[in-house]
Amino acid sequence: MMRVLSNNGWTVGLAGLLVVLLIATKLIQPNFGVSGLDSLARAALPFALATVGMAVVVIAGGIDLSIAAMMSVASVTGAVLMDGATDGQAGLAVLAVLGVGLAMGAINGALIVLTRVPDIVVTLAMLFVWQGVALLILNAPGGAAAPWLRGLIVGGVTLPGVPAALTEWLPKAVVFLLICVAVIWLPIRRSKLGLSFYAIGSDTLAAFRSGVAVGQTRVAAYAVCGLFAALGGLAVTMSTGIGEPIPGPYLLASVAAVVLGGVVLGGGRGGLLGPILAVFVLRLVRLDLTLLSVDPNVAAIVEGLIMVVVVMLGGVLAMRGRRA
Amino acid sequence: MTMAADPPSVLSRFSRIMADRPLIPLILLLIGLVVVLQIMQPGILNERWISNTMKFAIPLAMLAACQTLTMLTGGIDLSAGTVATIAAFVTATLTPLIGAPEAIGIALAVALVVGLLNGFGVAICRVHPLIMTLGTGLIATGCLLVYQRFVISTGTEIPGFLVWLGTGRTLGMPNGLFVFVPFAILLIWGQRRTGFGRLLYAVGSNEAAARLSGVRVWQVHLALYSLSGFIAGLTGLLYLGLVKTASLSLALPLDLPSVAAAVVGGTSIFGGRGGYGGTIIGALILTVLATMLTLLQMPEGGRRILFGAIILAVTAVYIRLTDRT
Repeated sequence: MMRVLSNNGWTVGLAGLLVVLLIATKLIQPNFGVSGLDSLARAALPFALATVGMAVVVIAGGIDLSIAAMMSVASVTGAVLMDGATDGQAGLAVLAVLGVGLAMGAINGALIVLTRVPDIVVTLAMLFVWQGVALLILNAPGGAAAPWLRGLIVGGVTLPGVPAALTEWLPKAVVFLLICVAVIWLPIRRSKLGLSFYAIGSDTLAAFRSGVAVGQTRVAAYAVCGLFAALGGLAVTMSTGIGEPIPGPYLLASVAAVVLGGVVLGGGRGGLLGPILAVFVLRLVRLDLTLLSVDPNVAAIVEGLIMVVVVMLGGVLAMRGRRA
Repeated sequence: MTMAADPPSVLSRFSRIMADRPLIPLILLLIGLVVVLQIMQPGILNERWISNTMKFAIPLAMLAACQTLTMLTGGIDLSAGTVATIAAFVTATLTPLIGAPEAIGIALAVALVVGLLNGFGVAICRVHPLIMTLGTGLIATGCLLVYQRFVISTGTEIPGFLVWLGTGRTLGMPNGLFVFVPFAILLIWGQRRTGFGRLLYAVGSNEAAARLSGVRVWQVHLALYSLSGFIAGLTGLLYLGLVKTASLSLALPLDLPSVAAAVVGGTSIFGGRGGYGGTIIGALILTVLATMLTLLQMPEGGRRILFGAIILAVTAVYIRLTDRT
């Protein structure tokens, strides 16, 4: 038990911080309840999915600057395909968007492996490319989302046979997020592929000599990132009902949450739970500051400060640990 | 047999020349782009166009100096665009209140403070430069937005000589060159001929080795990021004179292209290789490219796709050509 705690100290700390923030929110706004939780979860959903995608790539020792642009491609693709479609067709559209996401990620990864250009540069260039693709698909916000998709993330969970009061506090958006992450990440994490992600993240040369196909693994990591970016783009379309060709602030936010979540830039260490918790911590801080009627710009300063201070402390602590 | 044996040797000799003189392929590319432009639109190549291209390439090249210098040590400065914007905005809003010299002084001081903060995080707390500069950029943007609410009623005024520098011409050439040429000479001279310049390469090539040879790496980082902040501030002033409006997102569109200019110019993002000469050519290439894509009359989306694809292709080819291994 203690070992589990000390190994996951960072995650446990974040979870504690999240609880403290939730209590603080309740104190600031006594009628913060089910609906507040629901809108918080819905606002955080695209951020969380982007963060998860980014975390996978960072664990594998890379970084993907094009994630927000890929999300906008997914968002407009989904919105255009679903415009006027029946429920069944919308289901196909979702599958198509996920396929597009996988393909975009795989293209990023393949370009990094084939051109031998550093990942930051490739994804920076691809940022422009995906932005362009999104603008070509849809020049201005438009399209539509299927109603049943919106239903997936709006409101609380209701299970047949269980009293609504027991489950309705849990926002559907959170469940949607957890199911997406569990279905995609857990099988990978348990398999050889997941181990390879961590292996190439911590030491590429050692991984190569142990027989990991470094290039293929890297492509796979970027493809998984693309898949999560597609889900994030869909989440944008789901919560707004339209496709958004201009990328949101997801790039900076996802890097911030990944780092705050205890994933080490450079790769090889960290999990996905920490970054997800970090997203909610950051969104809650923002919400609390809004509720305290603090200028939203001050909220941005506080967010940046939290990120910088946490990372600085982490760096200092890591140095202490090495010396001890 | 000789037919089969010959091409590789020619190719390898060619690539050795390229590796020894990395500027040559870049200059060839720049000339090629200009020729294509001339074919697309005959007669475009005149004094006025050259002067205009330079005018827009100068701020980009100056901001890319921040990226080049930090990349030499294996870092990056993503706060440069924000710092430039802040310097410009502070200058424009404070000039009517306290006069131009004081406003510029405050603006550059703010830029220096952000740079110092970056340096503190990278040098002393050992934070990854990407994260540190991203974070300070976020904080600085927030501060700018808060500051903007206090000066919203004062109006803006752009000091006359900044406008003269940004938009004026002397003998057909933009006045910005009066700042840029000494700046570029100083940097190119400094990176090879001064101790600080060589320290940047040393830290970037092998930080552990540099440390063991007695280099105080943290001092290098602190000085480097402060310098980068200061250069970004200067860029903001120049850009303010060029655009002649103070906005809250003035130089932000230059942020990622400045990274691209340094990368296209042959500076390795892992540190230890490259230089400012290449970056200047890189900035010119990007500016010419932007003109070309505008002339193509493509939809905005198509232009961005081409821009990204060309940056990637140029970098990939360049790395292949100059790879010594």
